[in-house]
Amino acid sequence: MTLEAREDSEEQFKQDLLVSARELVKCIEEGDENSLSSRLEELVKYRDTELYSELGKLTRELHDSLNNFQLDSKVASMAEQDIPDAKARLQHVIQMTEDAANKTMNAVEAVMPVSEKLQQLSKKINKKWKRFRSSELSVEEFREMSRDLDDFLAFTEENSKSIHSHFTEIMLAQDFQDLTGQIIKRVIELVQEVEDSLVRLIKLGGRPVSDISKPTKITDSDERGHGPQVPEIDNGDRVGSQDDVDDLLSSLGF
Amino acid sequence: MKILVVDDFSTMRRIIKNLLRDLGFNNTAEADDGKTGLPMLQSGGYDFLVTDWNMPGMTGIDLLRAVRSDDKIKDLPVLMVTAESKRDQIVLAAQEGVNGYIVKPFTAATLKEKIDKIFERLGK
Repeated sequence: MTLEAREDSEEQFKQDLLVSARELVKCIEEGDENSLSSRLEELVKYRDTELYSELGKLTRELHDSLNNFQLDSKVASMAEQDIPDAKARLQHVIQMTEDAANKTMNAVEAVMPVSEKLQQLSKKINKKWKRFRSSELSVEEFREMSRDLDDFLAFTEENSKSIHSHFTEIMLAQDFQDLTGQIIKRVIELVQEVEDSLVRLIKLGGRPVSDISKPTKITDSDERGHGPQVPEIDNGDRVGSQDDVDDLLSSLGF
Repeated sequence: MKILVVDDFSTMRRIIKNLLRDLGFNNTAEADDGKTGLPMLQSGGYDFLVTDWNMPGMTGIDLLRAVRSDDKIKDLPVLMVTAESKRDQIVLAAQEGVNGYIVKPFTAATLKEKIDKIFERLGK
């Protein structure tokens, strides 16, 4: 019952009560003993009817609320299953970003001394080279420069390959953005679902359930995809490595 | 050799493009899901497709199906590079006619090995 309708019916009740009360006064004034007791009874009945109907309404509301609360068992399953899963997923995200940062730092730390050495060697040669161009270099110094050049070329050839492979490592380490992004997207979907369920619970106090839209279910399927494997959550139907993929495919005739 | 790289994460597209360039494939194009990738493939000129699985819009498995059911491009070699690692999914991709399957995270060596194997098998 809306507030307005309730106010209307209360107004009506007051009017009815007033009419009965006036009639009761009239009976007393006129000394109408016969009508007096029936009028009194009528008044008592009014009180009982209103009391019982209010009590009935309260009982109904309580019953509905309890029922609806039980119906929303989704909340319970989220608390038991999905939230701990989300925590494990986010832990895994921290681990993956840490791994990526370490991989990147390792590669950078490996390349840095190489670039320093290259700088040193080229500086040494450059100095002599400039003097050579101005014909200021002695024969002994020229021999020295020649040896420096040998060192420089050998070092460059030897290390450029490893610099390249470290760069590739750094580049590949950035795959964490894709892999953690996929996991975080799933957690965001869960947070959305929790929010919807909480709103639902809050609304239960004020509105009929039919007004409230059902939360959208996270749709995980082989077709849509499951996202990256998360240790502790994903069970045995995942392959463990690229070798397992290759084995599976070769068993299919690949 | 023109290659289309389809992945919804731009970082991963850049990684794959860079690795492909390292392997000598300089002519690459990108799409962020099957929906944008398919018309590019259908417009012709592509020799190889590298695709993710889990993407909004059109998934990689649906893109693979669309490629295999389009007479003009049905023979296009397709390499799946994805975090999807369920056995059923790998089997499904194989049934739908994938040419290679790489699980993320992967290495440069794995990518090279799979591409070499695909072209070796195709006799190119």
